Amino acid sequence: MENAGANKTGEGGKRAIGTLCRFLPVGDTAFAVEFGNAISPDINALVHRAAALLATAPPEGLVETVPTFRSLLVHYDPCRTSAQALQAAIAELDLGETGVVTPPRTWRLPVLYGGDAGPDLDEVARATGLSTAEVVALHAGTTYRVYVQGFLPGFAYLGDLPARLDLPRLTTPRVRVPPGSVAIAQRMTGVYPIESPGGWRLIGNTPIRFFDPASAPPTLFAPGDGVRFVPVEAIEHERIRAAVTRGEYAPECEATP
Amino acid sequence: MTALRILQPGPQTSVQDRGRIGFQAFGVPVCGVLDAVALRLANALVGNPATAAALEMRLSGPSFIAEGGAVRIALAGATARIDVSHDGETRAFPGWRAIEVPEGASVRIGALGGSGCAILAIAGGIMTPLVMGSRSTDLKGRFGGIEGRALAAGDEVPIDASDLSGPCLELPRPPASVFSATLRVVMGPQAEAFTEAGRETFLSSPYRVSREADRMGMRLEGPALGFVKSADIVSDGIATGSIQVPGSGLPIMLLADHQTIGGYAKIATVISADLPAAGRLLPGAEIRFAAVSVAEAEQARRELESEMARLIASLVPVREGARVDMDALWRANLVSGVVSALETE
Repeated sequence: MENAGANKTGEGGKRAIGTLCRFLPVGDTAFAVEFGNAISPDINALVHRAAALLATAPPEGLVETVPTFRSLLVHYDPCRTSAQALQAAIAELDLGETGVVTPPRTWRLPVLYGGDAGPDLDEVARATGLSTAEVVALHAGTTYRVYVQGFLPGFAYLGDLPARLDLPRLTTPRVRVPPGSVAIAQRMTGVYPIESPGGWRLIGNTPIRFFDPASAPPTLFAPGDGVRFVPVEAIEHERIRAAVTRGEYAPECEATP
Repeated sequence: MTALRILQPGPQTSVQDRGRIGFQAFGVPVCGVLDAVALRLANALVGNPATAAALEMRLSGPSFIAEGGAVRIALAGATARIDVSHDGETRAFPGWRAIEVPEGASVRIGALGGSGCAILAIAGGIMTPLVMGSRSTDLKGRFGGIEGRALAAGDEVPIDASDLSGPCLELPRPPASVFSATLRVVMGPQAEAFTEAGRETFLSSPYRVSREADRMGMRLEGPALGFVKSADIVSDGIATGSIQVPGSGLPIMLLADHQTIGGYAKIATVISADLPAAGRLLPGAEIRFAAVSVAEAEQARRELESEMARLIASLVPVREGARVDMDALWRANLVSGVVSALETE
């Protein structure tokens, strides 16, 4: 099937999913509904809109969906439906208006930049030809969008990072990245929610927690949320960390007027 | 409360059920057992619903004491010697049958045969708390099961009270645990990222399971696969069984604990009917891949479900009389008696 891209409109003014996507086989319990190949807010909006439609009225045999940058992975039960039947049902769904919307709310996350909290900050400055202060100002001066959650529970891919900070991933990933590490790679930034191996460049640390298995939903962010990073000094970082540990700190979140 | 008190945990024993469904959108892996057929049959052998949580062990089993009450257990998925010791006597049992374990008895499960993993179901099921709808242990995320980790000596595994008055069941003809050397796959979602030669190599060459094999996935050794451009894609969703290929060109078969999304091209996906066989693989095993269509894969899964239903319908009460109790024979010196009977002929 032709990849129709994000900006075409189906017949009769409707935007049927089938006219905007191609279906890719992922075994016999899943398939991808792919809306494009690029990371762009337009394509990502189609993905999340499709996920929301399917959550509202799940077709027979649908198990769960996983929105990613440019495609929706649809998990199904082959004993209750088939890829063919489910794809036919999904292709008919009308996405309606799917323009990029302003994030409904924006989180403000305190970050201690550089030093032990951000061991790659100096190297990022050197590689980009900026001062460390300029790197921090660029990183903290941008409102990011939650494109996708994944890789780790509570890890959110936040974009777009300013083009001047665009650097490849580390050639040799770290075996252990501390939780709370604020990291950048290419045009994305994100926070490692738990200790894990990782290849992104670490420029700071936030004491905020992003994942709680006992909460519903288990993650702080929702798709499409806005995120800003706010530089704080070490003393403030430590004060917030202690408050988070005591369960007495709720991260700032402002609704978009 | 009835519980299993763990004496020795074994190499990696964890609480698992059918997995954590519905939270992959938040980056939460499915987890759950590697061998879903073993879980289904083990649960059926002790009268549990298919959703009950059990212990998954790898390579070798744990030892434990039944505390707070008698328990009924069944091992499925592999062969192993199961020693039950009580009041100074030890009896050996095989897998694929329910075993009555009196309160205070100790149970020792030995090395697994025919598979890298096995399931021990306990009547009533394991009652660790539900986390996001599942009791499965997420070893990487460190939640679910017992404190989000593999079992350790001293752990108490809580068991739900259960009616043990019915007869112990056995499976008369267990499924062959011999691993079929071919795993069926559906090509895609990024088969086109590979050269035609790369796709042919993948389907025609043997691959060996490397030592880097765990619940998350198995790195395979064999001929490297060529890319049209590169291994990198814009990250997209991963299904259990996805075979992703990083820049080295060597495939990685992703299993129960796989990440929800990934940025490497995926050449193919192991079909769900063959995932239990994939989960049973040990380092050193040689495998091949054969391509089937989505419709054929769906049909294979439906046939597997029918086969499991047929096996569960075939469960019968254990025929104690028909079973040769070797330990009892040795104790009664009947073995040598048989030999002398032959000598008299």
